Amino acid sequence: MTVSLLARYREMLRIRRFEERCAELYSAERIRGFVHLYIGEEAVAVGVIGELQPDDALVTTYRDHGHALARGIDMPAVMAEMYGCMEGVSHGRGGSMHLFSEPHRFYGGNAIVAGGLPLAVGLALADRMQGRSRVSACFFGEGAMAEGEFHESINLAALWHLPVLFVCENNLYAMGTALARSESETDLALKAAAYEVPAWACDGMDVDAVSDAAQRAVALVRGSGGPAFLEARTYRFRAHSMYDPDRYRDKGEIEHWRERDPLTIAGQRLVASGVASDDDLKDIDTEVIAEVDAAVAFAEMGTHEDVAELTRFVTSEGATA
Amino acid sequence: MSTTTGTRTLSYREAVREAMRDAMRADGRVFLMGEDVGRYGGGFGVSLGLLEEFGEERIRDTPLSESGFVGAGIGAALGGMRPIVEIMTVNFSLLALDQILNSAATLLHMSGGQFNVPVVIRMTTGGGRQLAAQHSHSLEAYYAHIPGLRVLAPATVADAYGMLAPALADPDPVVIFEHGSLYNAKGELAEPPNAVDLDSAAVRRAGSDVTLVTYGGCLDLCLDAANLLESQGVSVEVIDLRTLRPLDDETVMTSVSRTHRAVVVDEGWRSVGLSAEVAARIAEDCFYDLDAPVGRVATIEVPIPYPRHLEQAALPSADRVVSAVRKAVGIDG
Repeated sequence: MTVSLLARYREMLRIRRFEERCAELYSAERIRGFVHLYIGEEAVAVGVIGELQPDDALVTTYRDHGHALARGIDMPAVMAEMYGCMEGVSHGRGGSMHLFSEPHRFYGGNAIVAGGLPLAVGLALADRMQGRSRVSACFFGEGAMAEGEFHESINLAALWHLPVLFVCENNLYAMGTALARSESETDLALKAAAYEVPAWACDGMDVDAVSDAAQRAVALVRGSGGPAFLEARTYRFRAHSMYDPDRYRDKGEIEHWRERDPLTIAGQRLVASGVASDDDLKDIDTEVIAEVDAAVAFAEMGTHEDVAELTRFVTSEGATA
Repeated sequence: MSTTTGTRTLSYREAVREAMRDAMRADGRVFLMGEDVGRYGGGFGVSLGLLEEFGEERIRDTPLSESGFVGAGIGAALGGMRPIVEIMTVNFSLLALDQILNSAATLLHMSGGQFNVPVVIRMTTGGGRQLAAQHSHSLEAYYAHIPGLRVLAPATVADAYGMLAPALADPDPVVIFEHGSLYNAKGELAEPPNAVDLDSAAVRRAGSDVTLVTYGGCLDLCLDAANLLESQGVSVEVIDLRTLRPLDDETVMTSVSRTHRAVVVDEGWRSVGLSAEVAARIAEDCFYDLDAPVGRVATIEVPIPYPRHLEQAALPSADRVVSAVRKAVGIDG
């Protein structure tokens, strides 16, 4: 794996503390709209994105804070986006679900389930036609595998042998609908393999396992130029969104998964192997909390765009349509 | 404008094909993809012969996955290519409407201006060929409703050729509607071809008593109606909108404020359609210049039927246009 476990632990903790603060700020009505928390799933973004190169492309979903932070997008700019401020990573126009960053080749938070997958296929097609050997990674939940766009996209990527990494974050629930209630075949890698795409699953709660699997998958995509499919078996500890009363999950099930918290697993491994002490981990937490504090302070100072600018970004500046 | 040294006659189908050929010769980023555009030569034969010149990479046959390949075209545009995506008919394009609305038209805005989408999406529209209720509709208004898109409807051979290059040069998504009944129509193309301005409607026939506002497949029947009305002593100005979004209000209002009467002719259904939009704008901008209510001729509100006589009764016709104009000018009650 490309990045040390300690560095990945810190990345996961940055996402966790950032999102815990988002939940507080949502309750305090500083952040509005839909906010979908990634808490519990951090190992997937950190493990996979750690294996990508800076010029690889990412397409993700409305549950995108973790991917944006793991990609290295500035935390203050992400928080300012949550506040709808011009200093936000999408100029405040997108909000929680639509984080974008051109310098990071981060093509968004797409809030149409499976809607980003064809875009990743097209980005990979552009690379192929222009002779570049980059990877286009797309993240999506298992719910997306019931959408036609998943099937159309993976078929195209396989048929045209395009360098797309399909990363399914299987957190077992499509909003409130359990996997077995939405998929006739619950072995998702098997479904993907039906398209002649190399496909396998990994433990999405163990960042080492995700990194190992992602390293293999990225190497395969970059080496062969064709697609691969990775299913990360994970779980979200919070409800689907801040709106969701979470009536459809058994409390015991949630507790069972909390025992497999990716931060606990990685932290225990760091201590057991002597890489870090408990105090070291506490120091990291203190630093991360200070970073989140600074991001919130930055967002609180953000500027709201002048209403006179309302119709900007409908067409490219200089274009007349 | 280039200096015209002559003209030549070709079909609308050939004009679209030549426009694509010239664009692909001029720019290696341009490629065509869609269902059966390659070996088959295009569902309507538009791309016939292009595979031989440009090969399978640039004349790319797709599976029957409208949402997938339109989305892939959008992604390829994001990745630096200049794709032309062909959708066989507008009815099929509804399977890709998610990508066109939620991605192509929206990414620039959602990203705060970071990601523009220079994709061109071409599709066949319209009825008149007895293709029944899933191949014949005119859904241009669906697309003209969407901020972030430019929507074109070339009605002539010159526009069929001339609109593609500026559409490809547009940094934002462009949807082009080609009326299926026009592919075999012959017309003149200047040598070298004139540049086409995508922001302006075209006055196709000058007149002084009434303004007919139309586009696409209805242009010819409006010109036929205008000729007939001339013999009845009514002077008709015919405006071809050409660009359905953004609408060129100025050309329409200038004409209506002079003729004081307007009839809008649209192959879409009458309710909540382009004819409603144009009529509303005339009422907003030219109300005190009007000597008669704005008239409308549109498709009767029925899915397009298969039998020829019923289909023809549903679609706008020169006879219906003549009646609407005579009513507007007060000849008939």
